[in-house]
Order: sequence, then structure tokens, then C-alpha cells
Amino acid sequence: IMCASAKYNTRGPALIPRMKTKHRIYYITLFSIVLLGLIATGMFQFWPHSIESSSDWTVEKRSVHDVPVVKLPADSPIPERGDLSCRMHTCFDVYRCGFNPKNKIKVYIYSLKKYVDEYGTSVSNTISREYNELLTAISDSEFYTDDVNRACLFVPSIDVLNQNALRIKETAQALAQLSRWDRGTNHLLFNMLPGGPPDYNTALDVPRDRALLAGGGFSTWTYRQGYDVSIPVYSPLSGEVDLPERGPGPRRFFILSSQMALHPEYRLELEALQAENGESVLILDKCTNLSDGVPAVRKRCYKNQVFDYPQVLQESTFCIVLRGARLGQAVLSDVLQAGCVPVIIADSYILPFSEVLDWKRASVVIPEEKIPEMYSILQSIPQRQIEEMQRQARWFWEAYFRSMKAIALATLQIINDRIYPYAAISYEEWNDPPAVKWSSVSNPLFLPLIPPQSQGFTAVVLTYDRVESLFRVITEVSKVPSLSKLLVVWNNQNKNPPEDSLWPKIRVPLKVVRTAENKLSNRFFPYDEIETEAVLAIDDDIIMLTSDELQFGYEVWREFPDRLVGYPGRLHLWDHEMNKWKYESEWTNEVSMVLTGAAFYHKYFNYLYTYKMPGDIKNWVDAHMNCEDIAMNFLVANVTGKSVIKVTPRKKFKCPECTAIDGLSLDQTHMVERSECINKFASVFGTMPLKVVEHRADPVLYKDDFPEKLKSFPNIGSL
Amino acid sequence: MQTRKKYIFLTFLASWLLLFLFGGDQLRRFSFFSGRKAEARRNWPRWTDRSLLKSFADAEELQRDGDPSLLSPRERRAAWLSVYRGSRCRMETCFDFSRCEKHGFKVFTYPQERGQPVSETYGKILSSIERSRYHTAKPEEACLFILSIDTLDRDHLSGQYVRDVDEKIRSFPLWNGGRNHLIFNLYSGTWPDYAGDLGFDIGQAILAKASFDTESFRPGFDISIPLFSKEHPQRGGDRGWLSQDSVPPRKKYLLVFKGKRYLTGIGSGTRNALHHIHNGKDIISLTTCKHGKDWEKHKDTRCDRDNIDYERFDYQELLHNSTFCIVPRGRRLGSFRFLEALQAACIPVLLSDGWELPFAEAIDWGKAAVVGSERLLLQIPSAVRCIHPERVLAFQQQTQFLWDAYFSSVDKIVHTTLEIIKDRLSPHRSRSRFLWNALPGGLLVLPDFSTHLGDFPFYYLQHGYSPSKKFTAFIRVVSQGGSLSQPILRLIQAVSGSQYCAQIVVLWSCEKPPPPSGKWPQTTVPLTIIQGRRQLSDRFFPFEAIQTDAVLSLDEDTSLSTSEVDFAFLVWRSFPERIVGFPTQSHFWDPEQGRWGYTSRWTNELSIVLTAAAFYHRYYHSLFTEYLPAGLRELVDGLAACEDILMNVLVAAVTKLPPIKVTQRKQHKDVVAQQAEVKGTAGSRRFSQRQDCLNQLADWFGYMPLVSSQLRLDPVLFKDQVSVLRKKYPSLEK
Repeated sequence: IMCASAKYNTRGPALIPRMKTKHRIYYITLFSIVLLGLIATGMFQFWPHSIESSSDWTVEKRSVHDVPVVKLPADSPIPERGDLSCRMHTCFDVYRCGFNPKNKIKVYIYSLKKYVDEYGTSVSNTISREYNELLTAISDSEFYTDDVNRACLFVPSIDVLNQNALRIKETAQALAQLSRWDRGTNHLLFNMLPGGPPDYNTALDVPRDRALLAGGGFSTWTYRQGYDVSIPVYSPLSGEVDLPERGPGPRRFFILSSQMALHPEYRLELEALQAENGESVLILDKCTNLSDGVPAVRKRCYKNQVFDYPQVLQESTFCIVLRGARLGQAVLSDVLQAGCVPVIIADSYILPFSEVLDWKRASVVIPEEKIPEMYSILQSIPQRQIEEMQRQARWFWEAYFRSMKAIALATLQIINDRIYPYAAISYEEWNDPPAVKWSSVSNPLFLPLIPPQSQGFTAVVLTYDRVESLFRVITEVSKVPSLSKLLVVWNNQNKNPPEDSLWPKIRVPLKVVRTAENKLSNRFFPYDEIETEAVLAIDDDIIMLTSDELQFGYEVWREFPDRLVGYPGRLHLWDHEMNKWKYESEWTNEVSMVLTGAAFYHKYFNYLYTYKMPGDIKNWVDAHMNCEDIAMNFLVANVTGKSVIKVTPRKKFKCPECTAIDGLSLDQTHMVERSECINKFASVFGTMPLKVVEHRADPVLYKDDFPEKLKSFPNIGSL
Repeated sequence: MQTRKKYIFLTFLASWLLLFLFGGDQLRRFSFFSGRKAEARRNWPRWTDRSLLKSFADAEELQRDGDPSLLSPRERRAAWLSVYRGSRCRMETCFDFSRCEKHGFKVFTYPQERGQPVSETYGKILSSIERSRYHTAKPEEACLFILSIDTLDRDHLSGQYVRDVDEKIRSFPLWNGGRNHLIFNLYSGTWPDYAGDLGFDIGQAILAKASFDTESFRPGFDISIPLFSKEHPQRGGDRGWLSQDSVPPRKKYLLVFKGKRYLTGIGSGTRNALHHIHNGKDIISLTTCKHGKDWEKHKDTRCDRDNIDYERFDYQELLHNSTFCIVPRGRRLGSFRFLEALQAACIPVLLSDGWELPFAEAIDWGKAAVVGSERLLLQIPSAVRCIHPERVLAFQQQTQFLWDAYFSSVDKIVHTTLEIIKDRLSPHRSRSRFLWNALPGGLLVLPDFSTHLGDFPFYYLQHGYSPSKKFTAFIRVVSQGGSLSQPILRLIQAVSGSQYCAQIVVLWSCEKPPPPSGKWPQTTVPLTIIQGRRQLSDRFFPFEAIQTDAVLSLDEDTSLSTSEVDFAFLVWRSFPERIVGFPTQSHFWDPEQGRWGYTSRWTNELSIVLTAAAFYHRYYHSLFTEYLPAGLRELVDGLAACEDILMNVLVAAVTKLPPIKVTQRKQHKDVVAQQAEVKGTAGSRRFSQRQDCLNQLADWFGYMPLVSSQLRLDPVLFKDQVSVLRKKYPSLEK
């Protein structure tokens, strides 16, 4: 099995030898003739089929009333009642879903039929607007297949959203005669209003055997965890009323109840709350004296005051969602849309999509018995958290409640995640609103680990042709106790590296890697030869760092393995005159970058640099032969949200040839170019990830009055 | 040349003809025609009258979802109590919340009865509860009850099986039909079907059981716990094995399994199939038939060869060197293997259909394990091969976090169980799923402190918050003078001079009352005086007066300059979860005495920052006071100078990171050194007490949480040869 993800190597473009022009024309003509022929064949062969199928499907000009009629004999079979013990591993046929590289289940929708009983009376309304929207959404989604043989999940077109509109027995019979019914295995039913008087069951009463139920009002007793999906009760008002998102800030009311059909006992309790806490609590009821023509559902009243619904929900911090005869209430959707924090009072209710949504971040759940304490409970919630809950509530509505499409796709995704758990959508993707996704970081090296010292580090020296200087660097670096390997990246294709015998003899393995092209990004390639976590990137002219300084740098890296730990520090500044970022290499009190001419970092960042660098930065750097270090600083800061660590005092990075770091940095055009890099990268990243700090790391006893020979790192800062 | 072209042309022509004649049906399936096919894909029709369709329910029906003829809510809840019991128990029907209202969440363990020995493991569970901050000795205060009868092993063939449990519990006056009781169980049922039967009626008790199956699990009521061995440590616990984060994972094997193959009986299906995925290279799946007494009776043709292969590999070696570990069901759903793999950072691939995963109410297992399906065993190799290397790395780290946060000791398993139940009592003051699954884990995050993520020191980066821009200086005064000494006046001046100082709070822990407000120096920031209770641990009490995220803890004789404070605060804002301070000390293992040593001398390392001058997050006050059991605070109050060590140990246990030392002026240290010398014998007594303290704390935590650091953070230009005018903190160099 091939998986694209497991491949690390970038493949170069394959070269196509150019054919002679004459031949090319010839072949092109030939090819077009064959192509024309094939098209003709297609027309001839498939035309009749297409006509056949289009009679069923593709002609758009059809009404739901023109669908085939199916008569259900009175004695046609009825499925078993729903099996409460069903779980994915007992009632679901996973073999239908198969292993596929996309990790997507295939969903089939039965074609629409009109079902009538023996006497020709219809069993139900053909299809509701919402169910039609839901099926359209599935049909337009990646999950859809029109091939019943390839389907993993089957969705009947029999509309059972509202049980009140159904004839239960006949609907069950209609389900049982579906072509792939097979006891309901892998069938998915959507229901929002279950149960009916007098007992109002919390799940659809239609016998459905093994079918999965996406239900809007489950209680803990009817919900089969990990099998059913709990969905919202859709509020058609969502489509009619536009409530723009309201910013944070105080609202007129603290608690609001807007439901019209509260049980008198609840109403009494709420009114007691209102009496106790005065005007911050508003308990609305239906309006009794509305003039004709005003839709009663869009108005609420308190005494003689009339309020617009659902707009009034935006006036309150918390909005009560009490259970009615059913557990699931459409008002929840309105409340979320208004960015009001729902206070859910419905014991045993399974909240919508609770398998993936973290409702504690968007709502307050209060046990029915604690209604009298509600006010003090809500008062104890910190203001900052309320603002976040409001944002979160609105996000849940936008992502999972606002349309039948959103509801349908979330349901399918949940089932998909169960079948392909190793490709499941993460908690953060389900729950974090875009603003949080944008501003937060998820550090790939999040576990606080201090890597063992014994592992050591690998020094990677990028070199072109300065052999003498390179050899000096090798000799110096090899003195560092924790060095475990030295890797020379030979970036010169025109010249061979010196013979083996000429290289300095050092105590650790020395490997030379030859590159195919002279690119700066070669320095950051995750070579297999790097076997340690820690990488020391070092230029071939950095000979001024002492062994103590390098060893200390490694020790600091061990304490901060997810950061860049380097020697020369740099700063980015906002240039108010030019209105853009500026690169600064002067002696400043702050740092935000370290140069990778001498820096320790985790090998993982090599992997990120090579394969996950955003935009075209990597190619841009290779083309300009500059700023690879700034790119690395951006990358690491962006993914970890943390600053760099500059180690040890500033020194003059003098060098024999004087083209490296400081020598170059002083060059004015060079500075301009570096500033441009910062601006370019900031625009590609869409933000300025670099963090400015005022500290650097020194050994504990640095410059302290203490015998030098007792210090672990005495030789620090010498010039 | 020409003839060749002709031939080519002819071949094309011929193939076209063939297509024309026979193509038809077969070709329709060719993806070559997919362009056409997509066009003809039979989508759900766009009905012409779709806009005329009626809504599934009219607005009136949706909003008036009530029925006055229904039972009143109160009657309905009363009716539930009698309907939903036994196997249909839920918290709202089988748990008496009112018991927990007055005294909060208190747990009572039945006294041990004579002649009723409990197993070692159950003893550990009981002692975990007794050591927890929720334990109470008074049954009338209790919210939750734990039996003294050992119910861990309910396999009636086992030696640990306790008989006549029904009779015994019925004789307990507190039993009350099992209401508010918590029963622990590791093994239930027996050969051949290993059903979940416990052999007694648990009534309305909450069951915390290993190998729970989803069918008998009462959601939101029962708790699934992991199976652990009797060697599982009481506290502390071994660390996870992951020592490096490598991408791609540098492990010898991709996927391993080594274990028994059941020839017959329950669980044999999956175990019998495991050998199919063995490839001898990166996938090692070994089974042996040897188990039980009569395995040879059932042995099949594979057995002998399998047994030989089996001996060639070492289980520990496989565990250490594999990226994924198969954790299949055994006779029961859970196995020891699960925790072993978790600890080893070998990502568990679960093949145990219908297993309610341990603490699944809180833990998001999708982040740490691959939940496979027994039926799709043969897809497992390709599925795990296709997991991105970054995801593998995240999985590995998550196994280590979960192991360390919830599983590495009996204490952690038991406390997690208790915290999950506690969270159910007041849903509005409970941990969100995020908190359970992010560092440092649910046990260390107190919802009573706050439910807002931004109030904790751990989530700034993950949620894009930043710590508050000001700090509270918190000065403890213990000197017996009763008047204000020179050093404290200087200190108040220096601290209030900082642009980041929001307020100064003085904890007055002397017998004499504090001087009247007129005697205190005039400061630009508000100054509050709190009367302390004269206990050492008092200085870490979560006082209401502390309003900022950062606390600068100070002793009255500390000497600091404004720029030292400014610099240290800026450093703290980069490391808000750590203690950032000035004078430091360090600990070391003394092999001669076989105990932890402690030194306040100048060393190249540090692991303790004295709270005489340190910044830390105010949440640590709450953690210190609420999270640590009262016994530990009493210990600290008993010793002369231990409270700051405990604070350091606590923060290190939470973060697993060393504290941070920042630059201090030299004169300050000289003063400290002189003081230490002057004290003489008193000093040495203090020294040995601190050493004792360190050892007692290490014993209580079960390991030494302190972590050493070799660095100090200085201003960027500290002592560099640059003009003083360029430097932001020149005074630190004096």
C-alpha cells in the first residue's frame, strides 16, 4: 500500500525528451484522429444509456409530486424495534466501507418515492423542505456516491424528521422494503422531533431495527453511545432572520427566558428568580393581544412590553433552554445564533454532537433541581469566560447548526471518524473557533522532555570551498564533549571534497554529504545521517566559539529543546516612517532572532523547513541565496509561539576571510535585503510570529566572584 | 521509416475499431470517461417545486413544544427514581446529590473489619483515598462511600474471591441500597465466558471497573478504569520511556505483538488471527499456544512453529523498539498490555471491540491510541503505515502525558476516578474536555479556582492569551518588632517604583498588630495589609487581594532594586508557568547517606528558587492550598523553613521543568552570604531541617520532582563591552 504521506523525498520533474517537430505534428494528428474516434464511439455506445438514466434523475424539471408511487400491502414486513444494545462493532457492517486512501465513507441516497397504503392514502408528506436540503447537501458532498454497490452508508429518502407527521407502522413498512434494507444495517435515519403524546419517547418510535439514528432529543437512556448521533433540532428561523454577530460587552439582561410553552411549574420557579433579582432577569411569554397579521412566533411579551424574537436574545448574557415535552428544543439554535450563552436545563439530555463538541466551553448545564440557584451559579462565572462562551456559542451555530447542510455534514463526519479513527478530525478542529485557531499555536514538541545529555548533538557544517577554514571549524567543534557526529554538507558541485586522508582526525564520526544543487536549504535538510535530536548548524568560518561556549549552548538547548538556541542575536523592528519591518543587527537590549550560522535546534525543524514551510519561502530563499536563517526563525516561532534563546555574551565574530555574518551584516545593501526578507515572510505567514525578549542565557556563575576553576563553563565570553 | 509509421497508424486504427465494437459496457467503467460520468452522476434532483416544500415542522409547533397534560417536572423526576435504577442508573436517579452539598465532596472509607484482610492492591486503593484531600473520617459528612470489602477480584475461581458479599453489605447501616457508594473491580466473571458478573448486587452503587464493556456500562454513572498489576506503585510512579522526539520515528519495528493465542473460548477469534500480519521484518506478531494446563489437547498445526518463533523475541525489547503496539482483547476486554504500551510510548493499537476505554468520559483516546476494529485486523498494517510522522510524534507525546497524568500510580488512577465523579456534581464548575487532554492534565487544574483557561499559567500559547501586564508584590512580615524596619521600607520603595507593579500586599504575620496606615510609606500603587494566621504555609494562601496573574513573593529583609524587579518580571512573562527568581539553591543525590542532599552554596546548578524573592503565577497559591492534602501542609508548618521548598517541588511536579534564575546585583548576595555565616548554629539547624524537608517531600511525592538547570538569564547586553548608555539595565552590573 502506498501512502503519499509517508514519502519524504521530493521528486524532481521528469524530463521529456523533445521530439523532432515533424514527428510531433504527425503524432498529434494521429492522436487527434483516435481521440475523435473514441468520442464518436462514446456517443454511439452510451447515448441510449444516458437517456435511460436521465429519465430517472438528470432532468431537472421535475416536481416532488411526479415521483413513482409505491403501494405498501397491509401485511408487508415491519422491522424489529430499535435494538438498544447496538454498537458499531455489533450492528454495523464495516466491510462495506473498506480501506481507502481518502478515508471517506461513501453514502448512497435512495431515490424519492411516494408511499401509499392499500387504500391509496399516503403514508406521509412526501418530503419536507429541510429533509430535501439535507439530502441535497449530502448529494453535493464528498461523501456521496450514486453507486449502491459501493456505498457504506445508506440514507433513505423517507422523511422522518418529524414523528408527528408520520404513520408509524406504514413508515416502518416503507423502510423495510428498501432495496438494501437488510435489517437496517448501515442505514442512517434523521429525526428531529421524536415521540408523541402521552409519553414523548426521546427517540423515534418508528421500528427501525439496526438502523443508526441521528436524533434530536436523545436522553441518556435511548442514546446508544458511539452508535447514534445526537443532532440539533433545526430552527427554520435561522434561514429567515439575520442576526449579525455581536461583539463582547455588557448586555441589557443577565438571564432571559424566551420559551412560550414552559411547564407552569418551571415558570413559577423562574418567576421566583425574577422577583428575587429584579430587572436583570427577564421571563418572556407569548403575547396575548397582538393585532392580526403579526406572526405570534416572532414576538414575545413581558407584561405589556413587546419584544421581537429572536432579536431579543441578543440583549441577554444568558438564555435559558428548558426542556419541554421533548428534550431537544429548537430555541437552542436561536440562542446560539444570538451569541447568547445557553443555560441548559434538561436532565439526562444528550446535547447535539456531544460526541465531538465540548459543550462546557459554550454553555452552562444546570440540573433541573437547581433552578433556584441558577442566578448565583451564573454570577460566579468570570466575565472573560462569558465572553469566550458567547463567541464559542456563535461558532457552534455557524459551524454545526445554521443549516441542514451543516447538520448533515457534521453527522456524516462523526460517523466517518468512527470508521477511520486514525484519520479522525481532532478536538481542536471541531471546537476551536477560527479566531482561536488563528491566534493559538500547537507546539509539535509539547511534552516537557529534557533530552538525555548522553545523546549529544550533530554538528552540520555547510561549506562551499573554504577548506582551510572548514578544517579549523571541524577541529574546534570536535573538542566539544557532547559532539556525537559531524556532518559536512558539501554544496559545491564543481569541485570534489578533499581526499579522506586530508581531513582532520577527530574522535567522532565525520560524514560528508554531497548535494545536487548549491542551495541554502540544503543546510536544513533532515539528513538520515543526523541521528540525534539536537543539531548544531554552524558556518564554515565560525571558529571563534570556544568549546565551553558550544557545550553550554547544547546544555541550554536541552532545557529548551523546542527553541532555536544560538549565539549572535538579531532584532526586527517596526519602522514607523516606512511603515514596514526593519532588520537590526546593532547592539540592542532585545533579541528576536538568532543567526543559524551558529545555533542549536531540534532536528524536527529540519523536517518542517524542508516539507512544511509555508508559501514559496523555501524557493524564494534558494533563489535569493539569503535569509534562510530568518526563515528558520519565523518557522520555529510560528509553530511554537516561543522566543529564541540567545546564549553567552556578544562577541566580535571576526574571521579570516570576513565574509560571514558580521562582515556581511554591516554591508548596507545586505541590511536592506534582510529587511525585505522579514517583510516578505511576515506577509506569507500572515502575521509576525517573532517574539522579542530582553534576556539571554549565561552559565549560573557567569562573571560571579568565584574561582574560575570551579565553574562548569569558565571559558565564556573570551574574545 | 515510412513503413513503421504506417504500422503504427494501422495499429491505432485497429484498436479504435476494437473499441468501437466491443468497448461498450466495459468501457463505461473506465475512468477515462470520468469527465462525462461526473456530468451524468445521478445526484439528488433539484426539484422544480423545492421552494414550495413545507417545513418539517411549523414555527408554532417548534416553539410550543409543551403539553400541559404531562406530568409536572417534579412528578416526572420522582417517577424516574423508581424506573431508572439498577442497570439503568444515572447520576440524577441513583445518586443523592444532597449529601454533597453541605460539606462538599468528601469520601468516607468503611473501617477495616477484623479477620477481613484485603488484597495488596485494594489496600493501595484505600490508602490512596485516605491520603487524598477529600477523605473524611465522619460518615455523616460523606458524599461518597467506599467499602472495606475487597471487591477487586470477582472471579469465583480465584483465591482472592470474597464470599457472601451480599450478606455483608446488607448488614451495613450506611449501605442504603448502594446509593453514593463507589465499588472498585478489576476482574469479573470467569471461565468460560468471563461475563461482567460480580457475584453480588451492587444496587445503586457506582462501579469503577476494568475491562468495562459498552453494553453494561452506565454512561455518565460508571467509570472504566485501567487494569493494573499488583506491583503498580502506590504513588509517584515510573516515568514514561520516551526520551527523544524523533521524526520520523527511529524505531526498529513498526508494529508488534507478543502474547498468548487462545485456542478456544472467548477472545480466541482475534488472537488466533494475529499471526496473519506478521512479516518478520517491521511487523512482528508472535503468539504462543502455551497457556493453561491442557493447551496441548487443543493444539493445532501452527502451535509448534509459533512457539519456537515466540521464544526468539523478548517482550521488553519489542516494547522498547516499536512505534505501534497491538493491544488486543484477552479473555477480558482490557489487559495489562494497555498500560505497558502507554508507558513505553508504543502507540496502542486497540483491538478490543466494545471496550469502554479507561476514563473515556475525560480522556480523548483518539489523540494517543489507534482505536482499531477487531474485524479489520488485516487493514491495521496499512492503516498505521499511512499515519503521518508528525501525527506519530504527537501520539507518542500524548501517551507519555496521559501515562504520567493519570495512570503511573494507584494514587493517580484513584484520584482521577474521584475527580471525574466530583466534576459531575456541579457541571458548571467542572473541567472541560480540553483541560483533561492538555498538559498538565485534569488533576492539576482546579475548577474551583476558575473555569476560564486564561486564569491558569498553562494555556497562554494554546489559546492565544497572554499573562497580565502587571504584578502584585506580596511581602511577608514576621519580625517581632511590630514597627517598620529600614529594609522593608526600602523594599516597598523599590518595588513600587516598578512600572509593572499593580499593588503591594503585606502579609502581617506578627503577634503585634500592624502599624497604622499613616506609618506606611506613601506609594503610587495601592498597599493592602492582611493579618496572617502566623503559619508558615500562610504565605501561599490564595488571598482575594491578589488580583494579578503574577505574584512577586518577598520577605521583609529582601533587598531588590527596581530594575532587578523590572527585568525579572519581563522574564517571567516569557515563562509564566515557572518560578522566576533571584537567590537559588540546589539539590543532589547523596549516595553515601542514601538520601537527598541540599546545598545553598554557589553551585553550577540550581533547582530551587527561594520565594524570598521570586515571581510565580498566582494559581500556584490555590494549588498549594487546595490541591496538596492538609497533612503535607501540617508537615511544612512543623518544620522551620520548608514551605518554599514545597512550593518549588509542587511547581516542578506540575511543569516537569526547572525554575529560572535571573541576574541579581552582587551586593545583595554578599548580604545573604554574610547573614548565613552569622547565624552559625541556628543556621546549621535550619540547614538540616531543610534537608529533612526535602527528603520527606520526595517520599510523599514518591519521587524527586525537582529538576536542575545550568543557566541564568541575564539582560542581553549584560557585562558586554558596550557603552553603559546603550544598556537598559546598567545597574544590574554593579
